Amino acid sequence: MDDLLREFLTETNESLNLVDAELVRFEQEPNNGAILGNIFRLVHTIKGTCGFLALPRLETLTHAAETLMGKFRDGMPVTAEAVTLILSTIDRIKSILDAIEKSEREPEGGDRDLIDPLGRMARQEAAAPPQVAPSPASAPVEHQMPDKPEPPERAEKQDKPVAERPDEERGDRLANHSIRVNVDTLDHLMTTVSELVLTRNQLLEIVRRHEDSDFKVPLQRLSNVTAELQEGVMKTRMQPIGNAWQKLPRVVRDLCAELGKDIELSMRGADTELDRQVLDLVKDPLTHLVRNCADHGIESPAERIAAGKPSKGTIRLSAWHEGGHIIIEISDNGRGLDLAGIRAKVVEKGFASEAQLAAKSDAEICNFIFTPGFTTAAKVTSISGRGVGMDVVRNNIEQIGGTVDLKSVSGAGTTFTIKIPLTLAIVSALIVEAGGERFAIPQLAVLELVRAGNSGEHRIEHIKDAPVLRLRNKLLPLVRLKEVFRLGACDNENGFVVVTQVGSQVFGVVVDGVFHTEEIVIKPMSSKLRHIPVFSGTTILGDGSVIMIIDPNGVAQALGRAVVAAAGAENSELQSREEESDEDTVSLLVFRAGSQQPKAVPLSLVTRLEEIDCRKIEVSDGRHLVQYRDQLMPLLRIDTQTSLKKEGAQPILVFSDQGRSMGLVADEIIDIVEERLDIEVSSDRPGLLGYAVIKGATTEIIDVGHFLPQAFEDWFRRRDPSAARRSRNVLLVDDSAFFRELLAPLIKAAGYRVVAAASAADALAALKSDTRFDLIVTDIEMPEMDGFALAEAARAMPAAATVPIIALATMVSAETVERGRAAGFHDFVAKFDRAGLVAAIKEQGADLDRAA
Amino acid sequence: MNDTQLSDYVTFTTAEQMFGLPIECVQDVFKLSSITRVPLAGPEIAGVLNLRGRIVTAIELRSRLDLAAREAGQVPMAIGIESRGESFGLLVDTVGEVLKLPDDEREPNPINLDRNLSRVAAGVYRLDGHLLVVLDIDRVLDLSPEAAAA
Repeated sequence: MDDLLREFLTETNESLNLVDAELVRFEQEPNNGAILGNIFRLVHTIKGTCGFLALPRLETLTHAAETLMGKFRDGMPVTAEAVTLILSTIDRIKSILDAIEKSEREPEGGDRDLIDPLGRMARQEAAAPPQVAPSPASAPVEHQMPDKPEPPERAEKQDKPVAERPDEERGDRLANHSIRVNVDTLDHLMTTVSELVLTRNQLLEIVRRHEDSDFKVPLQRLSNVTAELQEGVMKTRMQPIGNAWQKLPRVVRDLCAELGKDIELSMRGADTELDRQVLDLVKDPLTHLVRNCADHGIESPAERIAAGKPSKGTIRLSAWHEGGHIIIEISDNGRGLDLAGIRAKVVEKGFASEAQLAAKSDAEICNFIFTPGFTTAAKVTSISGRGVGMDVVRNNIEQIGGTVDLKSVSGAGTTFTIKIPLTLAIVSALIVEAGGERFAIPQLAVLELVRAGNSGEHRIEHIKDAPVLRLRNKLLPLVRLKEVFRLGACDNENGFVVVTQVGSQVFGVVVDGVFHTEEIVIKPMSSKLRHIPVFSGTTILGDGSVIMIIDPNGVAQALGRAVVAAAGAENSELQSREEESDEDTVSLLVFRAGSQQPKAVPLSLVTRLEEIDCRKIEVSDGRHLVQYRDQLMPLLRIDTQTSLKKEGAQPILVFSDQGRSMGLVADEIIDIVEERLDIEVSSDRPGLLGYAVIKGATTEIIDVGHFLPQAFEDWFRRRDPSAARRSRNVLLVDDSAFFRELLAPLIKAAGYRVVAAASAADALAALKSDTRFDLIVTDIEMPEMDGFALAEAARAMPAAATVPIIALATMVSAETVERGRAAGFHDFVAKFDRAGLVAAIKEQGADLDRAA
Repeated sequence: MNDTQLSDYVTFTTAEQMFGLPIECVQDVFKLSSITRVPLAGPEIAGVLNLRGRIVTAIELRSRLDLAAREAGQVPMAIGIESRGESFGLLVDTVGEVLKLPDDEREPNPINLDRNLSRVAAGVYRLDGHLLVVLDIDRVLDLSPEAAAA
């Protein structure tokens, strides 16, 4: 192709994308002369170049559009209809350009269908005298135009080269510092640099083996230069994410027109840069998500007004850098995901049964929209809802090592968060060994390394068959690489645990050995191996050997439900009050002690599971004690039937709080399950909250609160045991999912039913509902509406006016207490004081009892 | 059809059977030194290796043909093949010479040819004392389950 023509095509395509975006802005602010000036100039330039390159069809078309825009510039009112017409003209221009790119000739055919209405519209408005139609750069070609402008045009036309030059030069002055480089050239450069990095690694490896080598110093220099070069080349490939967004205003505008909605698209961080390869790959998923928000998320203006929202919906796109990642957030303020609809669809499509769904958190339910073949749109529109969308979105993003998360609040909107690596070509990886083979784990997914062994601090333990590791008060599910890869059995418990994070899931990967971190160049995987989900690519190490790159996502899948469930619990941002039940699922530790009947406690209350050598258990004053972490820890039995083992290891459940620990004696740890905690039959027996059906077996739910004071009398200073088992409703308000997760089981374990709300608005809605609340526990610092405002609002509601309110404060000053009393708080508790909170709740409960 | 048209075949043997591949598909022949196993891959995948900076996927012809595994200690030879932009190495027992054979002497697969063989064979030459099975490299490299079932 002619260089000139190619240049023209590239430039014009860029200009057209700009025109698209500008026009949508223009429609919103028709009085903004600057925007109009921009559009006019862009179209004008295209027209001028067309004439120069002898592309008559294109020229005629642009001329007609330009004439109409000229009218706008002269003050003719801008109508949506006119903008639509110009947009379709631009679409036509694009399709002609595409054809030119393929055949190097203008395609056959005419554009009367567009030119005529353009001309008609331009003539319509008499306000502007027709001869003013400015077409200064009308083509020097003799093709006639429908409304070929009038005499002044001749003169102007001769001015054209002179008139246009300054304009272009102004633009060029900035452009002088940059040159256009073919993308292939950059890609080739990148590949070459990748090879250079590999060779450098190889050389470093060789020199490492020869201690005093003359090569050391020059090689160090080479190494630095290579690193710089690598960074430089990466930079050339960086493009602002805005390039992927350019088309979106147009997409949203067209959707609005089609669906009769009013949507504003706001974009932040458009200049955030990322590798163009990554950019290309996220373009489509982004467009799809935005379409989805516009189609499914944002309600029609009438619905919005009925819901008390502004009629105009907003879709917010933001991007920013975070570590080696770029985060893109797409949020709308629409209706949120329709959980009931999703549930129904999931059952209808057979992705899961009702029973399975019942055990899932809302966040997990939401994630079903990523299942292939899933679509909830009642009718399939041309916009979205073909059921090929969300699973493809997730696939595309995961393919480039990214993750997509979603949060939805019913009635308030949906937020998708995409996290993707900045570049795909070179990553830092941890080299590990399993079953005699080496593998690379991308460093980005690795949180830390833990050495596990029988003798050391960290020991791999088993709950049933599932290996777990205790790590700083948390039980970390483990996956053995050797087992996943079927490289032979794991006979010993020694090894390294690579603590890995995928999305919000944290798990440990057990490997035999860990070598070092190396910059690796990801080579695409052979087509014969691509179906193996645990690998994402291959690479050549410094020593020349080929190794497989592990895909942490794939390994997480191998981990199965345990992690997913745990992650789901951590993630359940949605504490939806409209659920048929206000109980969420909780992780329960099931064990046996005394009788054969299984017992359970919420896992979140258990600090650790320990096995203690029976010989270390001492008896003093009728109490069993054991030395544990330099302290004496009392051991308690759940009932008299439970006996301590005479020899071997005694399993115990350790509960710790503020430096004190207590051990509950168990016969056997059975399992960790994710269940809805529905205490069906309550019990009068001390220490027992009641009974629940867990995994088909009637299970005793243990009241940990009963045992704590037995261990330490002052555990709850103001504890009132009689209040513990009364079934009362507590409304827990906190904008942080973490604290909701932390506190809800605690309050639940104290014998209350908990409804969690993520904002003050949610809380007020819950108070308006049928549920009667006996107590409100609220955070003070919350966005939009804080705890004080909530208290005042609640006081004003007849149903909630007398409900005691406990405030959770990160910092309590005399001033806040004063303000809180005025607003109607009954008590203040420091946010981290779990025991204090339980005590305060019980005290308020006791007050109520007395009042009743 | 031109009677005198000749084609060059790279010949090799695996489990006593002689095979030929059209010389155009063969990039190089090399002795297998180090190879990285790929966990969870099918039995045909012997592993991946580095050949002068390229990553080569090694395919074991014996497994591909459902033959017994090679005896321990016997180092296989690899035939380097480029297919659709990727590099493969076909592992065989020994590599023989390049034969020039007339196209019109190539016979279709005998009807009773072993199923595993007929799946990947593109014809047979009767040579002095033995048969040479010409492999269709596309079919050898097609490891999809449907192809295996066909």
